[in-house]
Order: sequence, then C-alpha cells, then structure tokens
Amino acid sequence: MSKVNKSLPLEYSTEENDLKIFGFWVFLGAEIILFATLFSVYFTLVDRTGSGPIGKELFELPPVLVETFALLTSSFLIGLGVHAMRLGRTKAMMVFYILTLLLGAVFLGVEINEFLTYIHDGATIQTSAFLSSLMTLLGTHGAHVTFGLLWGSSILIQVKKRGLNAKTANKAFIFSLYWHFLDVVWIFIFSFVYLKGVL
Amino acid sequence: MKKKVLIMPALMAFMTMILSGCQPLMVFDTKGPNAKTLSNTIILSIIVMAFILLVVYVLFVFMLSKYRASKQPSGYEPPHEEGSTKLEVTWTVIPIIIVTVLSIVTIFTTSKVEHQQTGYENKKPLVIYASSSDWKWHFSYPEQGIETVNYVNIPTDRPIEFRLYSFGPITSFWIPQLAGQKYAMSDMVTKIHLAADQEGSYMGRNSNFNGKEFAQMEFETQAMSQADFDKWAKEVKANEPKLTEAKFKKLLKTSVVGRESFSSTHLSFSPAPEMDMSKHSGESNKKDSHNMDNMDGMEGMDMSK
Amino acid sequence: MSMDELFAPMKEPMILGAAISIVVGAVAIVAGLTYFKKWGWLYKNWLTTVDHKKIGVMYILVALVMLFRGGIDALLMRAQTAVPENGLLNAEHYNEIFTTHGLIMIIFMAMPFIIGLMNVVVPLQIGARDVAFPRLNALSFWLFAVGAGLLNISFIIGGSPNAGWSAYFPLASTEFSPGVGNNYYAWSLQISGLGTLMTGINFITTIMKMRAPGMKLMKMPMFTWSALITNVIITFAFPVLTVALAMMTLDRQFGTKFFAMQDGGMDMLWANLFWVWGHPEVYIVILPAFGIFSEVISTFSRKNLFGYKSMVMSMVVISLLSFMVWVHHFYTMGHGVMVNGIFSITTMLIAVPTGVKIFNWLLTMRHGKITFTTPMLWALAFVPIFTIGGVTGVMLAMASADYQYHNTLFLVAHFHYVLIPGTVFGVLAGYHFWWPKIFGFRLNEKLGKSAFWFIVVGFNVAFFPLFILGLDGYARRMYTYSADTGYGPLSMVSFIGALAMAVGFALICYNIYYSFRHSPRETTGDPWDARSLEWATQSPVPEYNFAIVPKINQLDEFWYAKKEGRDITAGKYERIHMPNNSGAPLWMSGVMFLFSLFFVFSEWTLVIVFAIATLGFMAYRSFENDEGHYIEVAEIEATERRLRGEK
Repeated sequence: MSKVNKSLPLEYSTEENDLKIFGFWVFLGAEIILFATLFSVYFTLVDRTGSGPIGKELFELPPVLVETFALLTSSFLIGLGVHAMRLGRTKAMMVFYILTLLLGAVFLGVEINEFLTYIHDGATIQTSAFLSSLMTLLGTHGAHVTFGLLWGSSILIQVKKRGLNAKTANKAFIFSLYWHFLDVVWIFIFSFVYLKGVL
Repeated sequence: MKKKVLIMPALMAFMTMILSGCQPLMVFDTKGPNAKTLSNTIILSIIVMAFILLVVYVLFVFMLSKYRASKQPSGYEPPHEEGSTKLEVTWTVIPIIIVTVLSIVTIFTTSKVEHQQTGYENKKPLVIYASSSDWKWHFSYPEQGIETVNYVNIPTDRPIEFRLYSFGPITSFWIPQLAGQKYAMSDMVTKIHLAADQEGSYMGRNSNFNGKEFAQMEFETQAMSQADFDKWAKEVKANEPKLTEAKFKKLLKTSVVGRESFSSTHLSFSPAPEMDMSKHSGESNKKDSHNMDNMDGMEGMDMSK
Repeated sequence: MSMDELFAPMKEPMILGAAISIVVGAVAIVAGLTYFKKWGWLYKNWLTTVDHKKIGVMYILVALVMLFRGGIDALLMRAQTAVPENGLLNAEHYNEIFTTHGLIMIIFMAMPFIIGLMNVVVPLQIGARDVAFPRLNALSFWLFAVGAGLLNISFIIGGSPNAGWSAYFPLASTEFSPGVGNNYYAWSLQISGLGTLMTGINFITTIMKMRAPGMKLMKMPMFTWSALITNVIITFAFPVLTVALAMMTLDRQFGTKFFAMQDGGMDMLWANLFWVWGHPEVYIVILPAFGIFSEVISTFSRKNLFGYKSMVMSMVVISLLSFMVWVHHFYTMGHGVMVNGIFSITTMLIAVPTGVKIFNWLLTMRHGKITFTTPMLWALAFVPIFTIGGVTGVMLAMASADYQYHNTLFLVAHFHYVLIPGTVFGVLAGYHFWWPKIFGFRLNEKLGKSAFWFIVVGFNVAFFPLFILGLDGYARRMYTYSADTGYGPLSMVSFIGALAMAVGFALICYNIYYSFRHSPRETTGDPWDARSLEWATQSPVPEYNFAIVPKINQLDEFWYAKKEGRDITAGKYERIHMPNNSGAPLWMSGVMFLFSLFFVFSEWTLVIVFAIATLGFMAYRSFENDEGHYIEVAEIEATERRLRGEK
C-alpha cells in the first residue's frame, strides 16, 4: 500500500496518494456532469419566466464582477500555494491558502447579498421556473464554495498541527483541484448566465 | 432436454392462439388507415424478427447438440480460437443493413400517420378537442358547438383531427383500432390524424397512468355515417343543456362520471393551450423544445412539427 | 403530520400483516443475536468491515431480501389481475405496489446484486488486495442499505410512493400526489444513488490503477471489462438523477416551479432528465451480466472467448449509444417525425453490438466441450430468451409502431424479457459460479437445476402472454379490467407462471441452507477448472486475496499456467498492508438515514441537526489518522496452510 516513491512530488509520493488524486479526478468528472445538467435545465427554462421578472431586469453586473474577481484571484493564489508546497515552504503555502479562503468568503458574502436583493425584489425561488433553475444553479455552486471553505479550513488546521507530509500535502493538493474546478464552473456561470442575461 | 428451452416459445404461441379464441388482436383488427399503416409495420417487423430468431435458434441448437461434452471423445481438448474477422464483420454488416431498412420504414410510416391520412387528403378534417381530467375524457366539437364526456361520435369517410390536451397529469389518448396513441399534456396541444373506414363501436382509453381511477378512463368511439352523425349532433344541440363555466368546474372536480352531453363547449371560457406550431424551438411558451443537451453534445433538437 | 396520518397505511389488513411480520422478524433476529452472544462478532466482522468480499456478500444478501419483497409485489399484481374485476387489492394499493415493485427490482435488487458481484470478483480478477478506497466502499454499501430501508419503511409509516417508478410530473407533484410517498421516492433514490456514484468512482480507480503486473487493459477478463464500462456509465449518468431528484424535492417540498403546470414549469423536463439517467441505468444492470455470461460460457465450453476484441468494442459502443436514446421512452409526446426518426435509428443501432455479442457467445461454444452445470444452464437459457427481448426491443424502437405498443403490456413483456433473462439470469449464473470461491463449498447442483427449470419455464409462461395481451389493447398499470375485454384467460396463465417462478426462487433460498449443511467442502480453490485469476487463490478467499500477486502475460493466464503445470502464485511471502475496519460508514449512513427520514416529513429542526452531524462525520474522517495494519509473514503462512486443508 504505502511504497514511497521519492522521485515524485510529495502529494503523489505514495501509492495511496496516487489513487486518491486519480479518484478525485473521476469525481470531478461526475461533478462536471452534475453542473452540465444544471446548466441544461437552466437553458431549457431560461425563457419560461411566467409572471416573474426576466434576467435582464434582475441581474446587476457590479456585484457579479466583484464575485468573479474574488474567485479568479483566489484560484491564482491557491496555485501559488501548491507551488510553495512543492518547494516545501509550509508558511508561504499556508498564507496563500488562507488568502484563498478569505477571497472565497468574500465571494460567498457578495453572493448571499445578491440573493437577498433578489428576494427583497420579490423574485424568489418559487416565482417562476426560470428563477427556480437560476437559484438552484447558483445555489449549488455556492454550496460547493461553502463546503470548500469548511474543508479548506480543516486541511489548514491539519497542516498547522502535523506539518507537511505525504498525507497533508495530498489533501491540500486535492483541495486545490476542487477549488480550480469551482472557478471554472463560475466562469461558465458568469458567461452564460450573467453576460448572456444582460445582453 | 435443452431443447425444451426452444420449444417453449413455439408452445406459448400455440397456447395463446387457442386461448385468445380466434379473434384477431385489437391492434391488427384495424378500422382505419392510420391503424392499418401501423398494423402493417408491426407485421413486417415481426416477420423480420422471426427470421433473426430463427437464425439464432438454429445456431444455438446446433452448438448445443454437436459440442456437448457427452458427444466428445474423453480426451478432447477444445482448440484456442481468437475469433474470425470475416464472421464478425458478417454479423455486424447484416444487422446494419436490416436496421437501415427498418429505419427507412419507420420514418416513412411515422410521417404517414402524423399527417392527413391517405385517401382523405382533399376533405376538410373534422376537428375534435379531446381533453382529459382526473379521470374522464371531454370531447369538444367546435364545428357543431357541442361537447360530450366519455364517449365520442365520429362520421366515417371524413378525416378526423383530434387535438389533445390535459387538465392535469399527462394522459395518453388511444383508440387502438383507429390510430396509435399520443400524449395529452397540460401546456400544449398534440394532434392525431385518423379516419374510420367502417361504422362500428371502438374501445378508446387513456393508456398513461395518471393516478387512482386510471383504469376507469375508457370511452366509446362510435363511427357512424355522415347522415347519422349530423342527426345526432343536431339532437344534442337542440335537447341537451348548455355547459356553463360553473358546471364545467364541477365536472373537472368529479372523479368518475358516466356519459354526458352538452349543447355548448368549454373552449369559449377555457381555451385549449394552443400555440402556433409552425414556430421553431426556443420559443418561450413552447413545450416541445427540450434543449436537453446530453453528455454527447446533442443539442438544440428541433422538435417542431 | 399527526400520528393518525403517520400510521394510516396500517388500516389495510395486508399492510398491517406485513408490518407485524417485519417487527416479529426483527425481534427474532435481535433475540437470536443476543442469546448466542453474536453482537460483537457481527459488529466486528461484518458491520464495520471494509473487506470488499464481505461488502459484496452483504450487497447480495440485501439484494436477495429485496428480491423477495419485490417478488411478493409482483405476485400480488399478477394475483389481482388473474381474473377480471378482482377485489383482492384496491386501486390505491395496486398503484403503490407496481411503483415499489419497479423501484425495488431495479434500484434495490438488480443494482446491488450486480454491484455485489463486482465487489466480490473484480479485485480478485485483477489481482488486487482490495478496492482503491475500502472505506468509501463500505460507505457506498451502507448508503445503499439505508436507501433501501427508507423505501421499505414507507409503506408502514406515511405511505408508499404511488406515481409509478418513473414518477412523471405533474402526477408526482404535491397537487396530484399529496402525502409523503413521493418524498420517500426522492430521498431513498437520492441516498442510494450517492452510494452508487461512489461505487462508480471507486471501481474506475481500482480497475485503472490496481491491476496485477503485466495485466494490460486488453488482457483483463471480460467481467472486469464490463465492470469498468458499467462504472463509467454510472459516473456519467447518476449525477443527472441526483439533479432531477433534487429538483423533485424542491418542487414538492419548497414550492419551486421546475415541473409545475403554471409559472413556466415544464412537466416533460422531468421525463427527459429521468430517462437521460434511466436508459443508461438499464445498461448499467445488463452489461455486467454480459460480462458474467462471457466468463461462464467460456469456462464451461472449456474454450477461450470468441472475438474478445469485438466483445470489448461492442460494450463500449453500447455504453456510448446508451446516452443517445432516451427519447424513445416518450415517442408519443408529439415530437416531429425528424426527432422520432433520429432516436429510432440510435435505438435500433444498439441491436447491432448486442447481436455481435450473441453470435460471439454462440461461436465460443463451437468446437468446445460443453458441460451443463447450473451456472452454464443460466447462461444458456439467456441466449434464446434474451433474443426475444432484444428483437421486440427493435420492434419498439420503430417510432410509428411504438404508438401502438407504448404503455401496453407488450412493452412490459419486452422489458421483462430483457431484464430477467439478461440481468436476473446473469446474476444467478454469477451467484452459482462464484459461490464456492467465497464460501468454500458448492451449491447443490440438483436443487440448482430444478430451481432453474421452475424459473425459466415459469418466466415464459408468465410473460409471453403479455405480448399478446398488449397487442390486444391491454394498457399497463391497470388495477382491473372488465370481463368482456377477454383478457381473463391469458392473465390467469400469466399468474400461474408467476407462481412457478416463486417456487423456483424459494428453491434457490432453500439451496443455501441445504448446501451449507450437506455440500462437501472444497479446498482446491478452483472447483470448475476455470480460467481467470480469481480461481488462482484459495477458497474461501483469505483477507489479503493473494499471498503473492501473480504476474500476468496473457488473457486467461491462470488457465494456460495450469495447462503448462506452472504455479503462478508461488513465491516468497512478504508482509501485507491492509486497511483497518471502521464503524464510521455505518454510523454516518445511520445519521444520513435519519436526516432523510425527517426531510421526508419536513421536520426542519431535526433535518438541520442531522445535516450537521453528517458534516461532523466528514470532519472526523478528515482529521483521523488511520495507518492501517500489517499482516505478518507467519500469519500468512498459517492461513495458506489452513485453507489448503493442511493442519
């Protein structure tokens, strides 16, 4: 099980680690299908607004741009974090990860605020099929980010307690894959939901 | 003893013939061009499939009888066989040819039953709205200005266009001896084109499960001569009560009712969810434009008629 | 929900009887375990196990129990329709029964039986010590088990789902299906679906990454190939179901408008999503059966599989096509000729690779030396009967003709003619075939064969008449029909066939007891003189599977080594690293069960409590330090000696 291969980076160094990274890629494949289905549902229902508002009346670009900026930057920072990890610089890695999570929290705060605005304007998840699909898509992504914040924090605690070893490096690396994935999904949401909606 | 497995289907077929009496099955006992087309398609496909079954069964019996251990010398060791490109290509290509032929038949016959029936092209169809509610059928005749519940009368020798929709769960409108079925849904109208060649009474029903009293959703289809039909329509118009909105609402709420007739339709105060069917998919109010892209990127299928 | 509503189903004498028998059975089991002091043994060896073989056995055990439950549903349906105007069941009860019959047989019988066999066999066939993520595997099983439990308590507490196993909207909406039945539907499928998705990820990783040295992809046994392809389908299809069920829950419990009849909702969106998952799903349960038939036919013809490459290719093609045919479940929705035509063609195309497989199996037998053992009988019966299912499938694929078959017993007969000879005969062949590998003794052949004849003959008698009835205009899911339809005699024949099948399944259960008592133990590890790697190790298989992981040079390496007199498992023992048992999957699934149960009844406080508890388990797992343990050389030597029957 745990033959150690010194020529590989820490997160790949044991057989078990290699399996976990491979398995996580497969899991991300399933996640892609999940979001693809949510997108299909959204595209199917986007014009079925019933008596509720349409996207154009609803979307405001400034907060969305803030969200996009926060998430893209956090994705870049976690990349730097992984790089620092490979150089064995635990402290630098932790700083980058903490910044990542903070930006994630900023993103989440803005998104929650956006939802509250919608609800305040009388556009709830029950108003129309369009809003149901919109909020389910955004909500699923938001829930993933929320889960990511909890997960990332727990990994940071472990790195702090146990230092960088094959296990913690593997966890931190897998978390970075997850975070990049959420970023990619957000780019799709930004382009096909918001930009397409306001144009 | 292994041959028992093969004798079974033949035995079953024989038994069913005996048991079902000698009446033709409903789907083959057709009374109109639409059902006739489908019946011919089904019989053609049964013949093709019987041929395929025969090939498989002959091979199967041959292998089992010739290569069983008891037939072999005791020291026999089976050889190693990788496969055979020639054979494998054969049984790939022949099925592809069969599928191609059946596909052409399918598209041709589907198109045929989805349009005005052959032999009736130059007659104006009689439009009847058939709508379902839990658990009954409403038939509205806009041309005659009458409405019936749980029975429908049609003239022979005139094309009929049923327009279907539902006041609740999805149902499926089916008169096996006249035409294949079609769903009735709550936010779009679907159509069946049919015609009855002969006078008679035909069973019609909802075949799509829609809750508790689903089994009761049967109606009688009476095909009668044009003269009889006109006489019947006049009588209903003259003698039956008007269908008011209040009465209709009450009717929708009643679960199972018998036959009823009215001298006006519900279409005036509760019109069918019709839309312009010539538009293409992507319209906001269209039901039949499921742009479901599955994982293979088959997107934006045009479902318009 | 008041207590009165909660236990409303109990007012039916039949349901009350079932509930009482469940309670009595549970009490008896608890009492027995306590009396024989077996709780500790059960918990340590089974409930907390991460061993793929034990997990597989538990999967199959649950599948057999569910087969029993689904079978009773089936018998009740056939009994109700055996004569016209029968009053055995009322409409509501009948609707619940055909709904749960479909759900249980597909999701809680066929799937776990298949996944159970995969669990037992795949790691052995590729020479792995276990699956890639043993603990995730245990979680998969327990999630599936609690999903099954959730569906099975529904008919006692609150009411069963009753909108058909496909639960079309608007029928499945709260407006037309009030009560909690369809909430149960959504959550039991959701939970067991999560488990299945994890299985998919787990097995893809296992097969891609953990094969014995030298075993290239094209040297894998056919069952492993089918498992790989199946798990790829699982991974790509199940997320669609996850989304669909989430939308169903939102619509039913939070008033969203996805499938509503107003505010822009689209009822047929559910049908599309359901079948985008549902059609691949039927290939998920059939492809592994194809894999089993390949192993069995090749073993008992004493010949290698004919056309290995085209067998693999055809499975890949089937898996791709499976995602492109879903619309054929609702040709009658009023699509244009074009759409129906395209989906007719893709559907019919599936017959081509399937036909290739049928002919390859037939040619595998050519020049062979066929012995008629129980597993081989199941595999042989599959060919002619499944072909009937296959050709009627092509008939149904023709959109125009389908206007006459749709929603009739013709369709019901068709899918039973593919699912039973395909999946059920497949898992039964595998079950008889691999039983000695796991338990170290064979199931009695005589009993096995009589069960076989009862089921095969009974099956045809039960389902062939349905083709005829369907063509005579008999719609499916009708709880009764009038005498003048003339459906009576054939329906009665069908009921008699169902009874014969019940006898056959009872014999299969009895066979377990009988063989356990009377069958001779076998110590060779290779009772059938078989071909693939799983037969190279001892029976019953030791915890670590292989003391020495063999090197593979070709397909059926074990067979050729036997012929040449080589022992591929010889070598010097080294200590083996194994994962530790864990109670976490069991308890976490228990918590998720309560979460779902309270969700079904909209008890939000408790839902939040158990959601947090679930997250707590995840955190526990994240922080836990579990290094596994080593099995030392001395212990391996002792185990190997014991299994060889040496003292």
